[in-house]
Amino acid sequence: MSLTLEQVQRIAHLARIEISESEAGTTQGQLNGIFRLIEQMQAVDTTGVEPMAHAQDVAQRLRCDAVTEADHRAAFQAVAPEIEAGLYLVPKVIE
Amino acid sequence: MINASLKQLSQALVAKQISSRELTQLFLDRIAHLNPTLNAFITVDPEKSLKMAQAADARLAAASGGEPAGPLTGIPIAQKDIFCAEGWRTTCGSKMLANFVSPYDATVIHRMQAEAGLVSLGKTNMDEFAMGSSNETSFFGPVRNPWDTSRVPGGSSGGSAAAVAARLAPAATGTDTGGSIRQPAALCNLSGLKPTYGVVSRYGMIAFASSLDQGGPMAASAEDCALLLNAMAGFDERDSTSLDRPREDYARDLEKPLAGLRIGLPREFFGEGCAAGVMAAVQAAIKEYERLGATTVEVSLPNSHLSVPAYYVIAPAEASSNLSRFDGVRYGFRAEDYASLDDMYMKSRAQGFGAEVKRRILIGTYVLSHGYYDAYYLQAQRIRRLIADDFVEAFKVCDVIMGPTSPSTAFKLGERAADPVQMYLSDIYTIAVNLAGLPGMSIPCGFAGGLPVGLQLIGNYFAEARLLNAAHRYQQATDWHQHRPEGVV
Repeated sequence: MSLTLEQVQRIAHLARIEISESEAGTTQGQLNGIFRLIEQMQAVDTTGVEPMAHAQDVAQRLRCDAVTEADHRAAFQAVAPEIEAGLYLVPKVIE
Repeated sequence: MINASLKQLSQALVAKQISSRELTQLFLDRIAHLNPTLNAFITVDPEKSLKMAQAADARLAAASGGEPAGPLTGIPIAQKDIFCAEGWRTTCGSKMLANFVSPYDATVIHRMQAEAGLVSLGKTNMDEFAMGSSNETSFFGPVRNPWDTSRVPGGSSGGSAAAVAARLAPAATGTDTGGSIRQPAALCNLSGLKPTYGVVSRYGMIAFASSLDQGGPMAASAEDCALLLNAMAGFDERDSTSLDRPREDYARDLEKPLAGLRIGLPREFFGEGCAAGVMAAVQAAIKEYERLGATTVEVSLPNSHLSVPAYYVIAPAEASSNLSRFDGVRYGFRAEDYASLDDMYMKSRAQGFGAEVKRRILIGTYVLSHGYYDAYYLQAQRIRRLIADDFVEAFKVCDVIMGPTSPSTAFKLGERAADPVQMYLSDIYTIAVNLAGLPGMSIPCGFAGGLPVGLQLIGNYFAEARLLNAAHRYQQATDWHQHRPEGVV
């Protein structure tokens, strides 16, 4: 498998990372090198093997539907790039 | 004092031979003197550290009358900059978080500092978002290895490793997703432990690959690691993957004799691909274990060669998802100029992340995308199962698995930076342990060409105390862990 320049640009867009033409070229080479390493997996027959998503085979814990945290909004918003009246500001998305 | 063990420091503090303030100042002075060369710390804040030391002194003074203070009260340590610490800048080695002052404490930080009374000397340098094996991907510049400053300390916990090796701190925390505690411990002559997945809380530990990440101690000796793990570990309801088990004293078995210990030697770890000097030191260490009463048995981990390929699907997949939170909206870096919301995301992420982090996000995005998920992500998870099953088989005939931690000693700065695949192969012996979720350790076992060599010990699930016991008894019989870099310590 080999990624084309277009595919690299499409992945970068999906990941919301701006990428210039020249960067895409360098990245293409590096990603293809990494995928050559990854391709070793394809030689293995894993029919019938249960995928392992997690190191521990435990069920998700449930908790009571109760408020356990205090209000930290001011502290958490203090580290935001731009806020106003308790809201996070972003460029206008609806005209 | 700078070379003292945590037990000795604790005794000196309790006996009032030294105050926490004096001890903290001693290490802050060493940081001021040596950090410009080593770049082991991203953030130091002497005023904050000394205030914590003062509080510890008050606890120690109050304790002499009645309630004993915790065994680590007043000891200063370094914290990897992946752990959120309230009021401290927490960067994760990234421009994305270069100005992020955490509004809360990670559970590990809370337990170690507020509960156990440890003092923070500052936040240590690391590969950006813990993605790297040399500490060269840090936005704050590479860390230098105190054993040879033209070489890397390993990564991603390279700052913690360099800080402890140069005695800028008596001990430190690290995190290990694919070897990030064990490999730098090996390259800097330290003892480092990655616990069983789920033993140490991940709450407030900035996520890289959530099914693999695990925090752990880095220190001069196994005994120090045991004491630190006692303060770090334990169930945390704030981490949904934290395991609800009774608390353990990880130091309880340190002194147990090793007679009858069965050491498994995976044939795949003793073949080609490992530097001769590293192999010689590892073989000598195994001979020493035999002298101490252990027996050896050959085992096989037939799928271990697939651990690096599977890891470079699973870890980037999880990273691409975890790191989607960095969008320039709620915290972290936001680009200066942008035309729209989408453009703001794209530019903030393009400018805020470094090259290695972007590469891994792109790999992760691709393997999770429509049409490729089964071929890559599910296949990697199936191989992960095969790798974990290999360990289950091996542990039927042995108690501890041993081999090299890293295929080479510390390499030169820049030597592998241009070729990601070369860099990834630095973790060939450590990654399988994360995929299986097992505990693993690295301890000093000799030198090759004047550079430290690490012996890796892998245990069955929850066998931390067993690993620490095996490591401690070896350290009673040898003095490799007491060697310090000349001219620095």
